[in-house]
Amino acid sequence: MSGQISYDSVQAGTQIPAVSYPVTRLSLIKYCGASGDFNVIHWNERIARAVGLPDVIAHGMFTMAQAGRLVTDWAGPAAVVTEFGVRFSSMVVVPDTDTGAFIEVSGQVEEKLEGNRVAIALTARAAGTKVLTRARAVVRLPGAPQA
Amino acid sequence: MAINREYAGRVFPASQPYEVSRVKIAEFAAAIGDANPVYLDPAAARAAGHADVIAPPTFAIVISMAGSGAALADPGLGLNYAMVVHGEQRFEYTRPIMAGDVVTAQVTLTDIRDAGRNVMLTTSTEIRTAAGEHVCTAVSTIVERGA
Repeated sequence: MSGQISYDSVQAGTQIPAVSYPVTRLSLIKYCGASGDFNVIHWNERIARAVGLPDVIAHGMFTMAQAGRLVTDWAGPAAVVTEFGVRFSSMVVVPDTDTGAFIEVSGQVEEKLEGNRVAIALTARAAGTKVLTRARAVVRLPGAPQA
Repeated sequence: MAINREYAGRVFPASQPYEVSRVKIAEFAAAIGDANPVYLDPAAARAAGHADVIAPPTFAIVISMAGSGAALADPGLGLNYAMVVHGEQRFEYTRPIMAGDVVTAQVTLTDIRDAGRNVMLTTSTEIRTAAGEHVCTAVSTIVERGA
């Protein structure tokens, strides 16, 4: 976990280093239970294949949550997310292996906005493919560095 | 079965009040693998300026799905959920969702449109407190893949 970022300390172009987040079948089972989204394509390989998917796929919202995690871990505990949007451009296929798959997320401050807010452009890839496009979050930061 | 286009524009009844608990936030944070103390520890959340533990940004989907899930499961709509993948998701927050909130989700099925062999459905869900305070608007586009 990083410390607290302040609005004054970031510029357009500030990079948020990439983090690789693991996702296994167990992750998806837990996400089904916690989210209430029990769509069978997220836990049943037989039905996933029967409906034309390559294998079980992750919930889009699980991937979005990892992108959000990159932002909130970078921005610090006092930061508040005011907008967050993504387009799911490709599926995250999660094979039945011990390691599952990885979602690699990175970001960059796109612009500084009024009200101590910054817009962050996010990139997320799995198995070399972009899984999110138009991924953007706006966070409100403390103005000056905190003592 | 085909999607019933007459559902476009339909405003669904507000969901039953949803009581946000510290335990549910912690369960959701664990499911996305996020151990941020502001989601888990009331003292850490207060130290960061929040009134209680806050929820991860994408937790809003749990509440919005409590409303939109019922709307999309309406047999009259004719959606085949196993063929559904998430296309796009956007959240706009007035403030973070936090433990102790009692909120409702009001869903509008704003748009049904064709995209090749697929059908795209967009819902806009307003999450408000019992007192009417706006907390979050969630806009979801889901895709029913063509056979």
